[in-house]
Amino acid sequence: MDATQLLAQASDVVAAADPAGLMPARQQMALSLGWHIILACFGVAFPAIIFVMHLRGIRKNDPVALNLAKRWGKVSAVLFAIGAVSGTVLSFEMGLLWPGLMGTFGDVLGLPFAFEGLAFFLEAIFLGIYLYGWGKMPPKLHLLMVLPMAITGVIGTYCVLAVNAWMNAPTGFDIVNGEVVNIAPWAVLFNQHAFLAFGHMWLAAYMVAGFSIASVYAVGMLKGRRDRHHRLGFMVPFAFATIAALAQPFAGHFLGHDLAERQPAKLAAFEFADETADGATPLTIGGIYVDGEVKWAVEIPYLSSVASLNSFTEPVPGLDQFAEEDEPPVNFAHYSFQAMVGIGLLLLAAVALFWFLRWRKRDLLENKWFLRFMAVTGLLAMTAMEAGWIATEVGRQPWIVYGVMRTPEAAADHSAGLWAVYGGSVLLYGGMTIAAIAILRSMSRRWREGAADLPSPYGPKLLAADGPVEVRDCIDEKDGADVKDGADVKNGGVELDDAAVQDGADAQAADSEGTAK
Amino acid sequence: MMSLEFAVAAALFAGVVAYAVFGGADFGSGFHDLTAGGARRGAPLRTLIDHSIGPVWEANHVWLIYVLVMWWTGFPESFAAAMTTLYVPFVFALIGIVLRGASFAFRKYSETLWQAKLFGVVFATSSVLAPFFLGTIVGALASGRVPAGGNGDPWTSWINPTALFTGCISVGTCAFLAATFLTADAARRGETALTAKLRVRSLVVGAATGVVVFAGLIPIEHDAPTFWDGLTGRAAPVMALSALGGIATLVLLWRRRFGPARVTAVAAVAAVMAGWGIGQYPWVLVDQVSISEGAGATATLQGLLVAVGIAAVIVGPALGYLFYLTQSPEWNGEAGGGVKADEGGPIRRPASHWSSRLGG
Ligand code: HDD
Ligand code: HEM
Ligand code: HEM
Repeated sequence: MDATQLLAQASDVVAAADPAGLMPARQQMALSLGWHIILACFGVAFPAIIFVMHLRGIRKNDPVALNLAKRWGKVSAVLFAIGAVSGTVLSFEMGLLWPGLMGTFGDVLGLPFAFEGLAFFLEAIFLGIYLYGWGKMPPKLHLLMVLPMAITGVIGTYCVLAVNAWMNAPTGFDIVNGEVVNIAPWAVLFNQHAFLAFGHMWLAAYMVAGFSIASVYAVGMLKGRRDRHHRLGFMVPFAFATIAALAQPFAGHFLGHDLAERQPAKLAAFEFADETADGATPLTIGGIYVDGEVKWAVEIPYLSSVASLNSFTEPVPGLDQFAEEDEPPVNFAHYSFQAMVGIGLLLLAAVALFWFLRWRKRDLLENKWFLRFMAVTGLLAMTAMEAGWIATEVGRQPWIVYGVMRTPEAAADHSAGLWAVYGGSVLLYGGMTIAAIAILRSMSRRWREGAADLPSPYGPKLLAADGPVEVRDCIDEKDGADVKDGADVKNGGVELDDAAVQDGADAQAADSEGTAK
Repeated sequence: MMSLEFAVAAALFAGVVAYAVFGGADFGSGFHDLTAGGARRGAPLRTLIDHSIGPVWEANHVWLIYVLVMWWTGFPESFAAAMTTLYVPFVFALIGIVLRGASFAFRKYSETLWQAKLFGVVFATSSVLAPFFLGTIVGALASGRVPAGGNGDPWTSWINPTALFTGCISVGTCAFLAATFLTADAARRGETALTAKLRVRSLVVGAATGVVVFAGLIPIEHDAPTFWDGLTGRAAPVMALSALGGIATLVLLWRRRFGPARVTAVAAVAAVMAGWGIGQYPWVLVDQVSISEGAGATATLQGLLVAVGIAAVIVGPALGYLFYLTQSPEWNGEAGGGVKADEGGPIRRPASHWSSRLGG
C-alpha cells in the first residue's frame, strides 16, 4: 500500500507537470530563489545591524564596536556581491523559464519590479560608498551612508513581495474573452496582502541575519573566547533577532487570516484537512496523506480552526472539496508549513527565556547548552524561512497565478535538456557556496591572527618573502581609517574573533536543504 | 512624435546605452586583466583594476536589471519572444555575469596567490564572454531573427554574421572604454610606467575596435537589410559621430590628454549604441513588432515613467556622488607611493609591503 501509493502519487505529480521542461524549470526556480533569498536576508537586515554597531562605535568612541562594524562591512561585501549576481539570475529566469507568465502578465506585475530595480540601484551605490569609504570620508558622513542601504533593502523586498503576493492573490486586472484587460498596476503594488506578506518576510530577514551573526559569536564563546568583542558581536544582532522573533508568529497569523477564502486548497493542505469536519477542525501533527486520507496522525481538537479561522465552531474546508487536479502536493506543503511554525515557536520561546532570565539577573551566555542552541539558531531561522517559502509556493500549485494561470501554461517550450542546465546550476551554486565559505573563513582566521586588513593578493610569491601577515595592508584599506576614526584598532588590545565563518557555513547548510527540497 | 510608448522605449534604450558605457567599462577591465600577463608583471594593472571598479561595479551592473525590467514590463510579449528564441546566448551571458561578479569579490579577499589566480582567471574570462553574448543578442534582435511569437531558431538566430559581429564589437568597445578609463586612472595616481603601458593598449584596442565596427557594416547590408537601411539612412549622422569620437579619442590618447579622451571615448561608444537604436527604430523586434504594437497596458507605461522620473531625481544624483567620490583625491590619494592622506598624516606603508617594490 504505502510505498507503491507514494510512488503513484509522485508520478501523478510528474504526469501533471506535463511539458518536459516544466519539472527542471521548477527545480531551477526553487534552487535559485532559495539561494538568493538567504543572501537577500543579509542584504535587508545586515545594513541596519552594522549601522547600530557603527553608531555605537562612534558615539561611545568604542574601538571594539568600530572594529566589528568594519569587519561586518567586509563580510557583507562578499555576501552582497553574490546576492546581487544571484538576483540577476532570477531576472533572467523570469523570462527564460516562465515566458508564458511574463508575456501575458508582464505589464501587470512589472511595476513593482521597476521600483525594486530602483531600490537596488540605490543599495548598490551606497554599498560602494560605504565599503570603500572607510577612512576616506568624515566618520559621521560615512556612517550615514549605511542608512540608505537599510531603507532601500526594505523597499526592494516590499516590491518583490508584492509580485509574489499577486501570484497568490491576483488583483489589478480582468480577463475578458481570454484577453487581459483593465490593468491597474498600482493595485498590484499596494494591497493588503502585499503589506502582510512583506511584514512577515521582513521579520524573517531580521531573524535569519540576526540569529546567523549571533551564532558566529556563540560558537566563539563556546571555544572560550569570552571577551567584549564576542559579547558585543553577539548581543547586537541578537537584539534584532529577538524583536523579530517575538513579532513573527503574530505577523504570520495575520498573513494567514484570509487563507480560507484566498486559497482554500492550500489551507486544507497546510492543516491536513482531508475532509471537512462537522465542527472545528483539529490540529494534525505527524501522519501522512495518502489516497485522500490522513493516516497515523495525532490530533489536537479545535486548534486548527482556532489558529486559521479564529473560530471554535467553523471547520477548515477539506481536501475532499477540490478536484484532484486542483490540489497542491499535500504532504510537502503540510510539513513545510509545520516546520516553519514549529521553529518559529521554538525561537520565540528561546529569546523569551533569555530575556526573562536576564531580567531575573541570570546570564544565559554563561550556559553552555544555551550557547550550543544559539549556535544553531542561524540555521534554524534559515530553515524556517525556506520552509515558509516552500509552503507558500508549493501550496499555490498547480497554479502559477492563483486561479488564473496554471504553471504548465507559463513554462517555456524547452525540452528535458533543461535538466542539464539545472545540473550546471547545482554545480555553479555549489561552487559559489564553497568559495564564499572558504573566503569568509580565511578572512576570519587572518583577522584572528592579527591582520587588521587583508592583503591585496595580486603579486607573486610576494608575500612569503616579505614576512608575516600583519604587515600586508590592502592598498585600498589604509590604516588611516583607524587613526581617523579615533580608534587605533591594531593597538587597542582587542582580541580578534572568528567572525563570519559561521554564517557562511549556515548559508551553505540551508542551501543544500533548499536544493534537496 | 512623442507618444507614451515611445517615451518608455526611449527610457529603456537610455538604460541600454548607460549599461553599454558603465557596464561596458567594467566588463572591459576584465579583458585587460586577462591579458595583463603573469602574476608579477600583471600585478600593478590588476591592482589598478581592482581599485577602479571595486566601488562601482555593483551599481554599474544594475543598469542591466533596469533594462530587463523595463523591457518585460513595457513590452512583455516581445520580451517573452526574445527569451524563448535567444535562450542560449542569454544563458551564457548570465553565466558570465554570475561568475565574474562572484569571483571579483572572492579575489579581493583571497588569502593566497593561487586562490587569487583562480578567481582572477574566472573573473577575467567571464568578463569577456558576457559582453560577447550580450552583443550577439543585440545582433539577433537587429537582424530580425526573433519572430513575434517567440520560439525562433535557438542557433541560427544568433550564429549569423550580424550577431557574431555585434558580439565582437561589444567585446571591443568594452575593452576600448576600459582602456581609456584605466589609463586616466593610472595617470591620476601618478603611476607613470603603468600609464605608458595602458596608453599603448588603448591605442591598439581603439584602432582595432574601430576597424571591426566598420568592417561589421559590410555583411549587414545583405544579412539584415532593414537594419542596414536604418543605419545608413536615419542613423548615418550618429554613426559618423561615433567615428569622429573614436578618432578624437585616439588623437587625445596619442597626445596624452587622458582626461578628455575618456569623454570622447564615451561619446563614441554611446553613439554606436544610439546608432543601433535609431537604426532599428521603430521596431522592437525588427520586421516583426513595432514599438506601438509591442507596448503593454497604458496604465503600466505611465507607472513606468513615474518610476523613471523618480530614478532620475534620486538615483541620478546618488550615482553622480559615487562617481565623484571615486574620482576625488581622498579616494585616490595613496597609490602614488607615499602620497599624503588627507588630514590623517602620511599613511603607514610598511617598507616590506610588496607593492612598494613593483614598478611605478
Ligand atoms: C524565519 C522565518 C519564519 C518564521 C519563524 C515563521 N514564518 Fe511564516 N513564512 C515565512 C517565514 C517564517 C516566509 C518564508 O517569509 C513566508 C513565505 C512567504 C511570505 O511572505 O513569508 C512565510 C509564509 C507564511 C504564511 C503564508 C502562506 C501563504 O500565504 O501561502 C503563513 C500563514 C505563515 N507564514 C504563518 C506563520 C506562523 C503562524 C508562524 C508562527 C510561528 C510563522 N509563519 C513563522
Ligand atoms: C518573492 C519572490 C518570489 C517570486 C516572484 C516567486 C516566483 C516563483 C515562480 C514564478 C515560480 C515558478 C512557477 C511555479 O512553480 O508555480 C516559483 C516556484 C517556486 N518558488 Fe517561488 N517565488 C518567490 C519567492 C520564493 C522563495 C524565496 C523561495 C524559497 C525557497 C521560493 C520557492 C519556490 C519553489 C520551491 C518553487 C517550486 C514550486 C514547485 O515546484 O511546486 N519562491 N516561484
Ligand atoms: C522574497 C524574495 C526576495 C527578497 C527579499 C529579495 C531581496 C533582495 C535584496 C535585499 C537584494 C540586494 C542584494 C543583496 O543585498 O544581496 C536583492 C538583489 C536582487 N534581487 Fe532579490 N529578492 C527577492 C527575490 C527576488 C526575485 C524574485 C527577483 C527577480 C525576479 C529578484 C531580483 C533581484 C535582482 C535582479 C537583484 C540584484 C540587484 C543588484 O544588482 O544589486 N529578487 N534582492
